[in-house]
Amino acid sequence: MKKGSGAKWLWGAVAGLFLMALPFLLGKGFSEYYLYLATKIMVWALYAMSFNMVLGYGGMMSFGHAAFFGIGAYTCSLLLIKVSCPIALAVAVAPFAAAAAGFIIGYFSVRIKGVFYFATITLAFAQLAYILAFKWRSFTFGDDGIQGIPVPAWISTDETYVNYYFFSLIIILVCIYVLWKIVRSPFGLMLKSLRENPERATFVGMKVENYRLIAFVISAFFSGIAGVLYALLETSIAPDILFWSMSGEVILMGLLGGMNLFFGPALGAAIMVLLNSFITSYTEYWGMTLGITLILIVLFFPKGVGGLTVEKYQAWTQRKGN
Amino acid sequence: MAILKIKGLKKSFGGLMAVAGVDLEVQDGRIQCVIGPNGAGKTTLFNLISGFYSCDEGEILFKGQNITGLPPQKIVRMGMGRSFQVTNIFPKLTVFENIQSTILYSKGKGLNLFSNLKGLEKEKTEDILSMVGLDQKAGEMAGVLPAGDRKRLEFGIVLATKPDLMLLDEPTCGMSRVETTDTIDLIQQIAEKQSLTVLFTEHKMDVVFSISSFITVMNFGAIIAAGETDEIRANEKVQKIYFGEG
Repeated sequence: MKKGSGAKWLWGAVAGLFLMALPFLLGKGFSEYYLYLATKIMVWALYAMSFNMVLGYGGMMSFGHAAFFGIGAYTCSLLLIKVSCPIALAVAVAPFAAAAAGFIIGYFSVRIKGVFYFATITLAFAQLAYILAFKWRSFTFGDDGIQGIPVPAWISTDETYVNYYFFSLIIILVCIYVLWKIVRSPFGLMLKSLRENPERATFVGMKVENYRLIAFVISAFFSGIAGVLYALLETSIAPDILFWSMSGEVILMGLLGGMNLFFGPALGAAIMVLLNSFITSYTEYWGMTLGITLILIVLFFPKGVGGLTVEKYQAWTQRKGN
Repeated sequence: MAILKIKGLKKSFGGLMAVAGVDLEVQDGRIQCVIGPNGAGKTTLFNLISGFYSCDEGEILFKGQNITGLPPQKIVRMGMGRSFQVTNIFPKLTVFENIQSTILYSKGKGLNLFSNLKGLEKEKTEDILSMVGLDQKAGEMAGVLPAGDRKRLEFGIVLATKPDLMLLDEPTCGMSRVETTDTIDLIQQIAEKQSLTVLFTEHKMDVVFSISSFITVMNFGAIIAAGETDEIRANEKVQKIYFGEG
């Protein structure tokens, strides 16, 4: 095994062990709230990393990814509430519903040239999904949302989030591993090349739309899984999770953490969830604080916090080497 | 045998007739050039042949098949590679990845979602890199290479598509004299080694006369002369365009 690859595995193992040990570390003197927060960060991290397949790797500025997150959450919740579907089946089916939506939205969107038009059409589709969830009261419970989503005790109880933490941790780690494999596969390289230069990609014979569509569907699938995990964590959902601001938030997570890094969006998700939790306990002006933070990030650290950290680390190792 | 045959090709943009009924044949295995002053319609002609633009009238036959109106990616897959006047590469990929991605795609491995990329098509990629003289720069980011190397890389990308015909649009554009000589040598070597047909456009007459076996001259969208190098040198119309009425 090469030195660089060995170091990566070591870091991965350390991170994995830390995540496995977290509930026990938090258990000593910390409240359940922090375990909930940790789970929420992981769920958002998966959502942000799925989205990054489209924006960071594929160069497609989707402004409607909340649709897939929401469709995953709604499909799972409705299956559990309306037809008392077994949890395993509901969890398994929902991401495919999100992927199917991804196929339909992607089919029309990936053909459109220009970032602005692509963002607009994806936004329009997502708003359509939002309006459906909001207005179709007889099916989706409208603006009341879905309350009391039944989650079996082996996954989650009222007393503790420990079971749910491990349940989501396992699913999320598997998802991240699959995403990692994909971005390091020939398909991942194709995606990066068409992000870099769609014209050249066309002139090596690539059918650009097909690759974009596949990336879109994969991203929708994993966003759907994040939506499912969110619904089961909160045990209630509302049409807000399909609203355009949710699509905006995932872009901000990527910007915050760094879209050029695989784990950048996950870092952005962690920063955003923690900032939100911290700031809202002191002030109601969360939006304003977030806005200022983002302005500072974009102006001074355009590669995001993760990008900046990697840059500084590389400069440090270079100096050390010299 | 003609690998490329163009009949009555026309393209206009508004009131401007950029290509006005061009007939052209490119013989298999030849290095052939299209010359002409700025605005003569050379690049538009290349854009029509490669499927970048659709033509208003006319027919393009490649290896005997009608490719008129086909999208660029289909034409590439049939064996026609193209380089651009402004070098067209993947700037934020490494030199190695630029070639590797093209080979993977050409071999139909682009949709492979789970294989580890490392080492895939390494030998073939290194072969092409050494052919274009970039084997020592495999790990460098393509966007930061000097102009000459970027053009070499673009040739490498075109080669990785396994073409029978290479269209090179002003391959020495913006290059120093040394870079120009190196590039011309490289084009000749590649064409010889790979038994390729090359059709290129060029401004620099010394370049044209040094490697072309057949030259077509365009002006105002039409062909005004075509023939062997010596014929073109002696052609009065060509002399007028390039050296004035004198």
